[in-house]
Amino acid sequence: MEEKKRSLGCLFPLTRFFIFLKVYKVKRFITPFLFLLVIAYGANQLQAQIEILLPAPVTEVTVKDKPNDSGESIIVRWKKSLDDGAGSFSVKEYEILRSVEKDGVYNIITTSPAGSEEYIDGNTIDGKDYYYIVRTTDGVNFIDSEPTEAVRSSAQWFHRGRINMLVAAVLLSTFVLWFIRRAQRGEELYIRPIAGLKAVDEAVGRATEMGKPILFIPGIQDMDNIQTIAGIIILGRVARKAAEYEASLLVPTARSIVMTTARETVKEAFTDAGRPDLFDPDKIRYLTDAQFGYAAGVDGIMIRERPAAVFFMGAFYAESLILAETGHSVGAIQIAGTAMPAQLPFFVTACDYTLIGEEFFAASAYLSKESRLLGSLKGQDLGKAIFIGILILGCVLATLGIGWLTTLLTVGQ
Amino acid sequence: MKRQIPLIITFIAGIVMIIQYFIPHEPFAGMQQLFNQWYLIIAAFAMILGIGNLLKIHSGRISRKTSGWGYSIVLLTGLTVMLISGLGWGIERGTFFFYLFWNLHIPMASTMFALLAFFVASASYRAFRARTIEATLLLIAAIVVMLSRVPLGGYIWSKIPFAGDWIMSYPNMAGQRAIMIGIALGTVSTSLRIILGIERTYLGGGK
Repeated sequence: MEEKKRSLGCLFPLTRFFIFLKVYKVKRFITPFLFLLVIAYGANQLQAQIEILLPAPVTEVTVKDKPNDSGESIIVRWKKSLDDGAGSFSVKEYEILRSVEKDGVYNIITTSPAGSEEYIDGNTIDGKDYYYIVRTTDGVNFIDSEPTEAVRSSAQWFHRGRINMLVAAVLLSTFVLWFIRRAQRGEELYIRPIAGLKAVDEAVGRATEMGKPILFIPGIQDMDNIQTIAGIIILGRVARKAAEYEASLLVPTARSIVMTTARETVKEAFTDAGRPDLFDPDKIRYLTDAQFGYAAGVDGIMIRERPAAVFFMGAFYAESLILAETGHSVGAIQIAGTAMPAQLPFFVTACDYTLIGEEFFAASAYLSKESRLLGSLKGQDLGKAIFIGILILGCVLATLGIGWLTTLLTVGQ
Repeated sequence: MKRQIPLIITFIAGIVMIIQYFIPHEPFAGMQQLFNQWYLIIAAFAMILGIGNLLKIHSGRISRKTSGWGYSIVLLTGLTVMLISGLGWGIERGTFFFYLFWNLHIPMASTMFALLAFFVASASYRAFRARTIEATLLLIAAIVVMLSRVPLGGYIWSKIPFAGDWIMSYPNMAGQRAIMIGIALGTVSTSLRIILGIERTYLGGGK
């Protein structure tokens, strides 16, 4: 027996253990224990294997209240896993877990795709502490980051990213108001002649002489669009001249509110001109909200009524050329004004005069010759001169690789 | 009072909208959305005015049998059928309203849109007549851009696609941005005139 024991000493421990069992005939007692041992050993090995396959965790997890907002939002940022788009390429997504206690229960609030490094939690209660964990997962296994420090969401009283906009708006408003004051004091303000606006009288006069109607199209947008408002303002001026010349004025609209507004505007213009009897509400009519249905309707009016003058004043889209070419085909004098850059080339091509962008917004002031309105145009021009100066300076600085002006002028969202 | 109340409403609404842009805190935070909802409600009710206007004008044309009164019957029939089918059975996919919309309205709208191709051709013909230096430059630029957008341009000379891209990215973009800056300034100026009540033509009247 002693000899057997000594010979076991040079064997592998597990083999030695089996021989020991056989030698001492304890197999039948130890077999269940043996199985358990093997299973535990296997599980241990498997766990070790899994640890090897786990993706690398995210790092540098930071949390902060979302700035310049109305509250209830927290930004969670992290540096993506080394296995995300690199390494073993195993990261499938990130799970964002949130808890109200650092050592409490964390619940998954969302998942972010691989490659992401930020999540904005827009479902928080202001003033309440939150803790976050970013879980990196390959679809089967996962690894968590450390819980973050407490963070609270809150609302801000001022949007700091828009200070530059505030400064620009205040400056421009100051210029406008300053020139309005100067104009009110009786100072002569020179406004450069705009051919398209000088032609308004000519167009209305031509329609009167030919005994044909004037067609005014205020775009296809609703009254919440500044271009439609600008168009309606010009309509008031045109309607006044039409009333003075006793010309017929047709206004087909694509929106009900525009129709009611246009009616009131034309009615008041005719009344102011001393000819309320000439106002016919049925000449300001609603056609349809549908873009091309409206284009077809207006084309029909052009072909049937053969207006002598057509005004396109407002926001237009693809129907612009369809309308303008039809107007051209009936031989009408056409004046267009819009702030839609994509439609301007069509109007320039098909119309006799086109008010480009700012000219369109200046039309009302120009036509009225009212000192306060003309003053606002001068203020606008001064603002433009300053912006041109800033643009040139920005171009020079950017060319020299100096970017502070670009940063300064970037507007926060 | 007829003028004063709308001016006060315009001033308050305008100032609130400006403030909400710079102050994200309540009660200004949801103001834009709230105002938009109010506008949608007003627009929905205004639609009744629009339909009323259509009914009035076209029923009058039918009763007086003015020229083209048959088209007014078509219009009123279409309006009635669409209204009844939409209100009665909904507008979802599979409904009669949806069928009419897809098989009548969309093809007719597409037909109108397709006319644009011919209008572009006729307008281009007029615009590209090289009668002045500017028109000649326009013609050359247009030819280069058009050729750069089709494979033929590259076959003629490999640099044409780059020339087309250059024209669009630099001279064209510069012009577009200049117009955009002018539009932005004009928008601010017009908005200010309306908010402060200097511009009142849209309310009727004005000098």
